[in-house]
Amino acid sequence: MTQMSENPPAGLVTDAEPVEMLLNMGPQHPSTHGVFRMVLWVDGEKIVDVVPHIGYLHRGSEKLCEGEQYHQIITLFDRMDYIANFNNEQVYCRAVEKLMGLDVSDRSEYVRVILCELNRIASHMLFIATMGLDAGAMTPSMFCFRGRERIQGLFESVSGARMMHNYFRIGGLKEDVPDDFVQQVREVLELVKQDTEESDKLLSFNEIFLARLKNVAVMSAEDAIDYGLTGPCLRASGVDYDVRKAAPYSVYDRFDFDVPIGLDGDCWDRYYLRVQEVYQSIRIIEQALDQLPEGEVVSSLGRRLIRPPAGEVYVRAENPRGEIGVYLISDGTDKPHRIKVRPPSFCNLSALRHMMKDAWIADSVVILGALDIVLGEVDR
Amino acid sequence: MPGSQENEENVEPSEQPSESEKTPVATGHAEAEPEPEADPLEALTHSGRELLDVSLEVLKDLAPQAGALDDIPQVSVDKTHTLEACRLIKDDPRISARMLLCLACVDYSEYFQMVYVLQSLEPERTLVLRTDVPYSDAIVPSVTSVWRAADWYEREAHDLFGVDFDGHPDMAPLLLYEGFEGFPGRKEFPFNEYQEF
Repeated sequence: MTQMSENPPAGLVTDAEPVEMLLNMGPQHPSTHGVFRMVLWVDGEKIVDVVPHIGYLHRGSEKLCEGEQYHQIITLFDRMDYIANFNNEQVYCRAVEKLMGLDVSDRSEYVRVILCELNRIASHMLFIATMGLDAGAMTPSMFCFRGRERIQGLFESVSGARMMHNYFRIGGLKEDVPDDFVQQVREVLELVKQDTEESDKLLSFNEIFLARLKNVAVMSAEDAIDYGLTGPCLRASGVDYDVRKAAPYSVYDRFDFDVPIGLDGDCWDRYYLRVQEVYQSIRIIEQALDQLPEGEVVSSLGRRLIRPPAGEVYVRAENPRGEIGVYLISDGTDKPHRIKVRPPSFCNLSALRHMMKDAWIADSVVILGALDIVLGEVDR
Repeated sequence: MPGSQENEENVEPSEQPSESEKTPVATGHAEAEPEPEADPLEALTHSGRELLDVSLEVLKDLAPQAGALDDIPQVSVDKTHTLEACRLIKDDPRISARMLLCLACVDYSEYFQMVYVLQSLEPERTLVLRTDVPYSDAIVPSVTSVWRAADWYEREAHDLFGVDFDGHPDMAPLLLYEGFEGFPGRKEFPFNEYQEF
């Protein structure tokens, strides 16, 4: 970011005292990607301080979980990070399975991984689209939304819904995937790859886009770790930390994939890292399709009421937005005693104040956009 | 397990109605607390045990208690020592938990439990720090000076559970609006009642 010029141009009145002004953004603002409000203290065009206000979407999901039976909670997890539903369902199901010591069939695990990685691609495509829009590029969003719609069409054929699938079950899946699932995924992947490449070529190294994003809101690795950033936001700062590699879960240890790492920790790195993650996810899905075993997917539990033994687990997973953690405490009844979710967006957003200090007002939109928050998850 | 000693302190039958409403199916489990395992450290891996031993040594002046959260090593300390313990765990090069992954507040009807899930990056290891906070004295030292990630977690716990954090720079409501009455995270807070806004 260029510093403010010390010498004002000739003819400008310079004896005016600097005046701080309060600027309100949101909660109904298209750039906030939901209901998020921030109050900016500005001095001219420069942001002096920012106070984020969240909670407009607070539904008390964690408390609601305490009043629902274990099978019913899956739908609540769908609605936390509503851009990455499958990933959220998976981490919850894994938590209960771990608590009960349930074995999940290989086929279920593979189908879960395929759907989760497809969901990651869909989520990142939405990000690329909105990042372009935030920076003023209209066309890439068309390609990305087209690709995302293809993936969601696939989700619909699998689960019956474009979003809020409620398809994973504790111990397996609701039902087996359609007969032509593998064929469908391969076709969609090919097209999605093209969509990503098209928007990548259009957007990533576009000069205006680079000028808007490069060296904006630089986050050092030290700060990123201290603020608890995870996922692409942390890796953009050069920290090699991905739960799929650090603590492999499900069948991720059977795939060969790379974790992209950023160099500068600026907004452009956060953007480009996600583009690269799309290609890596495609790699994972292709391997998973080749290895996809036959077998049963429907949970042995069926629709029975379940009462996991008293105890607690903390389960982690890599969501598109970062690391999600589910801390589940069971008291032996049919409803959990407490579920605490560590939402990745919540922590990423808490660093906003640090990132926006001394930035320009015009950059505030791209800084927030590059964090890729989902307010359903921030507020829960 | 910490907390099981505090059971006899104030057992109030009036605390129970929400419990019966919550569980329509009769179960044999009247206990609200999870039963302590025969050997809680059984699930720990070899490296987990090593980390636990190192943590106990680092915190030896603070009377730590060893335990395990499933397969994650866990140490419990008294709530007055939380800040000191966090700083030691972060700064000691053998643990170096530079990241606060999660700060959970759990309501056990007679006391709260604060659960700090900590992560070190090289090597990648997870450690849990746990402390009990009684209802009557619901105040914990803030750890925002150790990890800035704790800021919003503590505000959230303050909103939903009414736990105070000593030394926190700004305790403004985060998830709830200004003037909200009650603590909706607590077990005693009713499920189906609404407040006019």
